[in-house]
Amino acid sequence: MIANAFAIGRQRRVLPGFGLSLGISLTFVSLILLLPLTSLVGQLSQLSWSQYWFLINDPRLLASYAVTLLGAGVAALFNAAFGLLMAWVLVRYDFPGKRLVDALMDLPFALPTAVAGVTLATLYSNNGWVGRLLEPLGISVAYTWVGIALAMAFTSIPFVVRTVQPVLEDLPAEVDEAAVTLGARDGHAFRRVILPHLWPALVTGTGLAFVRSLGEFGAVIFIAGGKPYETEITSLMIFVKLQEYDYAGASAVASIVLATSLILLLAINLWQGRFIKRLHGGRP
Amino acid sequence: MIRIGDAPAVRRVLIGTALVLTALFLLLPLVAIFAQALMSGLDVYWQNLSDQYTLAAIGLTLLVTLATVPINLVFGVFLAWLVTRFDFPGRRLLQTLIDIPFAVSPVVAGLVYLLLYGRNGWLGGWLDAHDIQIMFAWPGIVLATIFVTCPFVARELIPLMQAQGAREEEAAVTLGASGWTIFRRVTLPKIRHALFYGVILTNARAVGEFGAVSVVAGAIRGETNTLPLQVEQLYQDYNTVGAFTSASLLALLALLALLTLAAKAALEWRAARRENAS
Amino acid sequence: MSIRIANIAKTYGRPGRGRTRALEPIDLDIHDGELIGLLGPSGSGKTTLLRIVAGLEQADSGTIHFAERDVTNVHVRDRRIGFVFQHYALFRHMSVYDNVAFGLNALPRRERPSSAEIRSRVMQLLEMVRLQAFAERFPAQLSGGQQQRVALARALALKPDVLLLDEPFGALDAKVRQELRRWLRHLHEELHFTSLFVTHDQEEALELSDRVVVMSDGRIEQVDTPDALYRQPANRFVFEFLGDVNRLEGDVRDETLTCGEARLAVPGMPDGRHELLLRPHEIHLSERDDARAHLPVSVSAVVPVGAEVRLELEADWLGEPWLASVGHETFERLDAKRGKRLFAHPVRLHRFDAERPQTLSPVCAS
Repeated sequence: MIANAFAIGRQRRVLPGFGLSLGISLTFVSLILLLPLTSLVGQLSQLSWSQYWFLINDPRLLASYAVTLLGAGVAALFNAAFGLLMAWVLVRYDFPGKRLVDALMDLPFALPTAVAGVTLATLYSNNGWVGRLLEPLGISVAYTWVGIALAMAFTSIPFVVRTVQPVLEDLPAEVDEAAVTLGARDGHAFRRVILPHLWPALVTGTGLAFVRSLGEFGAVIFIAGGKPYETEITSLMIFVKLQEYDYAGASAVASIVLATSLILLLAINLWQGRFIKRLHGGRP
Repeated sequence: MIRIGDAPAVRRVLIGTALVLTALFLLLPLVAIFAQALMSGLDVYWQNLSDQYTLAAIGLTLLVTLATVPINLVFGVFLAWLVTRFDFPGRRLLQTLIDIPFAVSPVVAGLVYLLLYGRNGWLGGWLDAHDIQIMFAWPGIVLATIFVTCPFVARELIPLMQAQGAREEEAAVTLGASGWTIFRRVTLPKIRHALFYGVILTNARAVGEFGAVSVVAGAIRGETNTLPLQVEQLYQDYNTVGAFTSASLLALLALLALLTLAAKAALEWRAARRENAS
Repeated sequence: MSIRIANIAKTYGRPGRGRTRALEPIDLDIHDGELIGLLGPSGSGKTTLLRIVAGLEQADSGTIHFAERDVTNVHVRDRRIGFVFQHYALFRHMSVYDNVAFGLNALPRRERPSSAEIRSRVMQLLEMVRLQAFAERFPAQLSGGQQQRVALARALALKPDVLLLDEPFGALDAKVRQELRRWLRHLHEELHFTSLFVTHDQEEALELSDRVVVMSDGRIEQVDTPDALYRQPANRFVFEFLGDVNRLEGDVRDETLTCGEARLAVPGMPDGRHELLLRPHEIHLSERDDARAHLPVSVSAVVPVGAEVRLELEADWLGEPWLASVGHETFERLDAKRGKRLFAHPVRLHRFDAERPQTLSPVCAS
C-alpha cells in the first residue's frame, strides 16, 4: 500500500518531496501517536468484557462522568454566548484598547493550565478576592461544580472567539445592507441573517470548547478540590488510579474519555461538512 | 455605512458588557498571579526565584521546550506539505490522526506513554534491562510534550496552504527550481505568519503542559519537576507565594507570547493599510 | 414616485488627513416612473449618490424628497426603497422562497400579511421573474442571472416606491446581461416604478435608460435622453466617455486645417491650433481625395464585428491610429485589406475647445 502510494506520487506529481515528507510524517505519526495508542489497546485486550464493564461502571466513576459532562456543558454554553459577544464587539466596533482586548483573548491558550488552575482556586476560595465577595451571598464556587465549569470555561474561551471572528470579518457589508433595505429591524436581521451565517463556526467552536473541557485537567483539579462523588472529574479519576498503580482501571476509563472525544470530533467535522456543502451548492 | 447593531445605545451596551466580562474573566486572574507573587515583597520574590528547585525546574522546562519545538516544527511543515501538495490514499486518515492529541485529555496522553515505556509496559522490560530510563525522567517528559503539541504547527499551516494552492510552486518547478529552493523562496514567504503563530502556540503549550507531564514525570523535586509541576507542588504545600512566584514566570512568558502576536498583527495591519492607501 | 435630489454633497475621510470629495453639491430631478441610468467611470461618485438615495450612506448636506416626502433623515429601513446589489447579496442559507419572503416576514406583526397571503405574493413574484420552479432551491444552486432575478423579486416584494440597482448586471456574462436588460426594461414598463441604476457600461446606460446621468469626479456632466446625449454631448468628457473617439489636431489658416501632408477644409473656423474629434462611423472612406479633404491613410488592421467592419487606419500625420467603422458592402467595394491606401473624408467633426461645443459637417456623405 505504501509502495503503491509512492508509485502514484512519483507518476503524477510535479512537485518534489513526496517521498521525504511521506516518510517523515509516517514515521512521526507511527512513533509518537500510533505506537503509544496501541499500548492502550494492548492493555485493554487483557481485560474481559465483564471486567471492563465492572471497571467503567463504578458509582464513583459514574458521578465523575456526570460532573464532567455538566461542567463542560455549562462551560461550552457560556463560551458560545461570551465568544459570540466578543467576536462581534471585536469585529464590528472600534474602541480604545481594542487591540489589547483582542490579544487577551488568547491568554487561556498561552497561560499554562496549572497556573490558571491555582489562580482561579485562589481567587474563588472563601478568602480569595472574588470568593470573599460571593460568600455573604451564599454562593460558593470553589470545590463545587460551578468552579469546575468556571475553570473549564476559562481554558476554552479562545475556541469560539477565534472560530467566529474570521467568519464575521469575511461577512460582506452587503448582507447587512440587504437585510436593512428590506426593512428588517436589528434583532430580526441578526437572528435571521447574521446568526445563520455564523452558525457553522459557532457550533464548531462550541463543540471544540466542549471537547477540550471534557479533557481539561490542570485548570480544574485545584478549584474542584476532588471530593469523591461530588467534584471529581474523569481525568482526575484516571490520575488517581495511576497513582494507585491500577493501570487496568486507568486504561478502561481512558478508553471511555478517548472514544467520547473522538466521536465528538468526528461528529463536528461531519456536521460542518454538510453545512458547507449546502452553502456552496450541494443539495441540502 | 449602515450596519446592523450600530445604534449608539446597542453599541455602548455590548462594548460595556464585553469589557466588564473580559476584565473579570481574563484580566483579573492575570493581575492576581502577580499580586500573589509579590504579596510578601520583592525580596521574598527574588528569594523564591533563586530557590534551587525552582532554578532546576526552569532549566528542565527550557530543555523540554528546546527539544520539542524544533521537532514539531519540522514535522508540522513536512506533514502540511504532504497533505496539501499531494493526493494519496489515506490522506484524510492522516489528517484525522494528527487531531487526536488535540481532542484527547492530557492525562490520557500521559497514560499511553506510561503504558508503553513504564516498568510494566511493552518496552519497559527491555528498557530496564538496558538501563535506559524514559519514564520519570526528562526523555519521557519530552515525548509526552511532543505528543500533546504536535498538531499545532500543522493545524495552522494546512488550511492556509490548502487555500493558497500549488500554482506558484508548480511555476517554480517549470523554472527548474529544486525542492529546497522552492520551499525556501516560494512557499516559506507565503506561510511565514502562520508558521510563526504555530510555533508560538507550540512553545506556549510545551512550556506549560501539565496533565500529560504530571503523569510521566513522577514529580521528583529538583529532577523531574517542570515549572508547572513546581507550581502545583508548592501550592499543595501551602506555599502560596512560592507557587505564584513560579506561576508569575510562566504568566510572563504567556504575556510575552501574546504581545509578540499582537505586535505582529499590528504591523501586518499597518502594512495592509499602506498597501490599500497607495 | 418622483425623486428630488437637492444640493447633496459627500466627503470621505477625516478633516486634515486626505479628505476626498466624493460628491460635489448635486441637484437632480427624477420624474415619476422614469428609468434613470447613472453612468460614469469608477470613482465618479455614481455609487455614492445611489447609496445616499437609498439611505445606506449619509450625505454631508442637502435634501432628498420622494414626491413630497422628505426622506433625508429617514432610516433606510423606513424609506420604502428596493435595492439590488451588484453581487446579488442573496442570503445563502435561505431558500429562494425564504429570500423573497424575507422583507414580508420582517414586517412588524401588525402590518405583516397572513402567511397564506405571503405565500401567494411570493409565488406571484417568483412567477414574474420566471423562477416558480426554483422556490425551494438555495442560491448557490442557481446561475448568476437567476440569482439576480431572485434579488430583484426580493427587492420588489415590499412594493417599494423606488427601485435602486447598483451595477445590476456587472457580474454577468455578455449574453445573459443583454437578456436581463431587455427583461428589466419590460418589467419597468409593466409595473411602472421609478428606478435608478448605476453602471459603468455606456451601452447599457444608453439602451436601458429613459434619461442618462453622466458623472465624473463627483459632478454631473450631463443629464439627457440617450439620443440627445449621443448627438449633443455637453462637453468633451461626455463625448469621449460615450464611445470611441478619433483625434485630429492641426493649424487652421483661412478655414483650412493642415497637419503634415493632411489638409481639410473647415469652414467658419478661426485661425490657430485646434483639436477636432470624430467618431468611427463619422469617417467616410474612398479611393480618391477631393478639394475639401486630403487625408491619406493606410489600413493597418481589419476586424469584422457583426454588421460592420472596424478598420484601423495609420498615417504619418496621425499621432495615434484612427478607428473607422464601415459596412460590409463598402468594405468589399474598397477592397480594404491590410496595407491598402485610402482617403478619409470626415462626415462630421466635433469641436470642444470653443466656448460652446460645435459640430461641423465639412463633407456631404455621398
